[in-house]
Amino acid sequence: MTTGAHDVPAAQLVDGLHNGDFSSTELFAHFRRRIDEQSDLGAFLWTAEEASEVPTDSALAGVPIAIKDIFCAEDVPTTAASKILEGYRPPYTATAVRKLEQAGAVSIGKTNMDEFAMGSSSENSAFHPVRNPWDRERVPGGSSGGSAAAVAGKLAPWAIGTDTGGSIRQPAALCGIVGLKPTYGSISRYGMIAFASSLDQCGPLTRNVSDAALLFKHLVGSDPCDPTSIGHANEVEMPSRTSLEGVRFGIPKEMAGDAEGIEPGVGDVFDAAVGQIEQLGGTIELTELPHAQYGISAYYVIAPAEASSNLARYDGVRFGMRVEGAQGSLLDLYKSTRANGFGEEVKRRIMLGTFALSSGYYDAYYGRAQRVRTKIAEDFRNAFERFDFLLTPTSPSVAFRLGERTADPLAMYMSDYCTVPMSLAGIPAISIPAGVASPPGGGTALPVGLQICGPAFSESKLLDAAHAIEQSIDFDANHRPKGFDE
Amino acid sequence: MNDLRGYEPVIGLEIHVQLSTRTKMFCACELSFGEEPNTRTCPVCLGHPGTLPTANQQAIRYGIMIGIALGCEIAPRSIFHRKNYFYPDLPKGYQISQYDTPLCSGGELVVPGGPTVRIHRAHLEEDAAKLIHHGESGRIHGAGESIVDFNRGGTPLVEIVTEPDLRSASDAREFLQLLRTTIKQIGVSDVNMEEGSLRCDANVSVRRKGEGLRAKTELKNMNSFRFIERGIEAEIERQIEMWESGSEVSGQTLHFDPGTGTLTSLRSKEEVHDYRYFPEPDLVPVAPGKSMVEEIREQIPELPVARLQRYESEYGVTDDAAQTLVNWVELGMFFEQTMALDGSVDARLMAQWITGELVARLREAGVDDPSSTELTSAALAELVVMVQDKAVSQFAAKEVLAALVNEGGEPRAIVAARDLGAIDDSSGELASIVEQALADNADAVETIKAGKQQAMGAIVGAVMRETKGRADGAEVNRLIRERLGI
Repeated sequence: MTTGAHDVPAAQLVDGLHNGDFSSTELFAHFRRRIDEQSDLGAFLWTAEEASEVPTDSALAGVPIAIKDIFCAEDVPTTAASKILEGYRPPYTATAVRKLEQAGAVSIGKTNMDEFAMGSSSENSAFHPVRNPWDRERVPGGSSGGSAAAVAGKLAPWAIGTDTGGSIRQPAALCGIVGLKPTYGSISRYGMIAFASSLDQCGPLTRNVSDAALLFKHLVGSDPCDPTSIGHANEVEMPSRTSLEGVRFGIPKEMAGDAEGIEPGVGDVFDAAVGQIEQLGGTIELTELPHAQYGISAYYVIAPAEASSNLARYDGVRFGMRVEGAQGSLLDLYKSTRANGFGEEVKRRIMLGTFALSSGYYDAYYGRAQRVRTKIAEDFRNAFERFDFLLTPTSPSVAFRLGERTADPLAMYMSDYCTVPMSLAGIPAISIPAGVASPPGGGTALPVGLQICGPAFSESKLLDAAHAIEQSIDFDANHRPKGFDE
Repeated sequence: MNDLRGYEPVIGLEIHVQLSTRTKMFCACELSFGEEPNTRTCPVCLGHPGTLPTANQQAIRYGIMIGIALGCEIAPRSIFHRKNYFYPDLPKGYQISQYDTPLCSGGELVVPGGPTVRIHRAHLEEDAAKLIHHGESGRIHGAGESIVDFNRGGTPLVEIVTEPDLRSASDAREFLQLLRTTIKQIGVSDVNMEEGSLRCDANVSVRRKGEGLRAKTELKNMNSFRFIERGIEAEIERQIEMWESGSEVSGQTLHFDPGTGTLTSLRSKEEVHDYRYFPEPDLVPVAPGKSMVEEIREQIPELPVARLQRYESEYGVTDDAAQTLVNWVELGMFFEQTMALDGSVDARLMAQWITGELVARLREAGVDDPSSTELTSAALAELVVMVQDKAVSQFAAKEVLAALVNEGGEPRAIVAARDLGAIDDSSGELASIVEQALADNADAVETIKAGKQQAMGAIVGAVMRETKGRADGAEVNRLIRERLGI
């Protein structure tokens, strides 16, 4: 029987499948029903009609998974939520998706997102926005908002997304789930539609830390198709820690609970979580990341610069949308296709990036941003000489209203203030639900995420610490409003 | 040759060499040699969303070989850059190339008895696809439609850039010929200009001697050594005319039309692209270790200039014959094979036969490599020894060689079967034929006696006709002189 299957973590479903409590087809049908029932969330852009056959003795035994629509899967519609790729069916499958399928995961659908992963609210989808299961008038965060909403709304046991400057962690925080951005190079980017190549990284969005570890374990590995993927030297360990005795935590004052721009409600939950960590035996100390404050500026040069080049291939010549111009010339074809195919935010970033790379401006913008990036990475390295992990709120705010920031790109960009520095440094960071807070001006309490980051390739330890904190906070028992998910 | 009117041409070349690796520069597709259009493609070289490049290690080795052969320094760490521009032959909207850290830099190639040309740099990149324009002009302007064949797209290229050290069109041609031979010798490319595996653009300017550099133009589309010489000559002429008539030469790209010998402007300096170069984030640096470079250095065969010197010192072969053997790599190898077989062969006679008669037969057959005909090196060695021993006359030996090239076989067997053996003059047979010829050509004998030795040709001709070319020309001459007492 699959009744209540959506209420348990994915690892438990794996056990159920291994024990023969239900079949993977039944499980698939169960979640497909939930997706249809809650289609108003707008979490999916495409759903599979049938579950693919998976051997029950495989590691993941046929547990369904939601895939962000940025991952290519052979002959499955893949759009990155852009009109320019409407109708596109890739001729190949992304390594991450293939690895999950080989481990026995069953793809249940492709999740909605900000177009080409550019955004922090999932409102930039060319098709329809995603709504936050906690409050349907609010955004789920972005860009992996569809994956976050699918997991938080229990339409899928778990999901994968991508994180360039916070696109897994911020929606995980805003939807009250766990999101892990791994070390750059942990997971192959092959088949992941590129936004900013030097920052993009695939990662899990899950109900709890153990599920994140389990999914991550099956995603990790170097891939001959991605020269920047190096995998991990040791196998990912499943988290078990309950005490934090002797673990040293630092709080960068630039992103502490009372730092400027952080909502008071978010600050309170953060401070409470810090108290909990101390109770578990962890030591807490304020520290600084002197260059982190320039993270957003550097990020919004580097990421658009790479994007301006990565998105040049959408020209109407070989695949996706083609709009013939009025004059029928080649230039006309390019202009009409791209003018019609790309949304406003994508165009804005292509222009920003094109400008930043232009002759005469390169050193002042791109060159300088890269130097800032180096400085930020140094800041983290210095901090990790004294601390095992650093703590910050994941997002300065709780979920905001649909439309609230669409007219103000800078306000939207600040959503990533606490997540961008780790992306620039290439280090792993996880967001776990730490409590709930009312938005400024009052209203229903909404989830707040705690971000924990560690040195490159420290995921096993990071997940272990996150697990201890998660057990102590016990979000579901202590913070989740009763009847929320019904 | 140009009438320079006191001007000095300044010429630099940019040469593209297609490497003969098995697969493309950044994907696993095999290289194409006239296959059906768009059959040697994959998602990577078609620039599908999500695909990533992987650098071809063989191409990197070949690039290093070219660098070593040109006396360049091999960078311990070089990186790839993206060169961004829109064109239908460029599926990603950028070409992966190298920019400020090329694989090889600072070499030199000395043409014996000709110019010394410094090599500015040599770097790796990928070739564009092939555009076929349907329309009268055969070019994109005025074409009714254009179609793209992606088979060539992604073929590994090495771009070699010289310093502006050349001072005449013929120097440019000579340098390019030596460069071609050098690359052919190391076996990393077919370097065939007609087929496009060797392509050359020229930067041309003129100045008064001792002056600084004046504005230069770039010449494209010169796909033979002759066109290069003619194109550069035409451009030198045009620039001198302009300066002399009081106009100014402006920087532009010119297209050489070999049919009319004229140059037409493709674009002016104002229209120059801003390629927005930036480091390719999808690839890791190329960092060949010292031992790898040394190992490759060991594998470099003897280069043409050294071979030229050795042919003189070891074989006494000089001048045009030596030059031909060096420039025509397959011919030189065949020469060395025949010399290795039989130490008694006169090297100069062998060189003369190979670069004279054999070349004529190869040109007839339309092949470059003697090994691809029926001729074996052993057969040629045997034939030349027979010529040397006067067992067969020069004239008859030419017939034997033609038979060897077309049908193969053993020289002695062919001589016997066709009755081509030299007339044995010890038997007195030749003397009596000479006697008869003198009698039949009394007029000529009188003319010779009157002092006009040219008339001897008629008598020699008569002997040759009678003997069907089997007589030794020198012996016939000797007999005539002896008989006439001159």
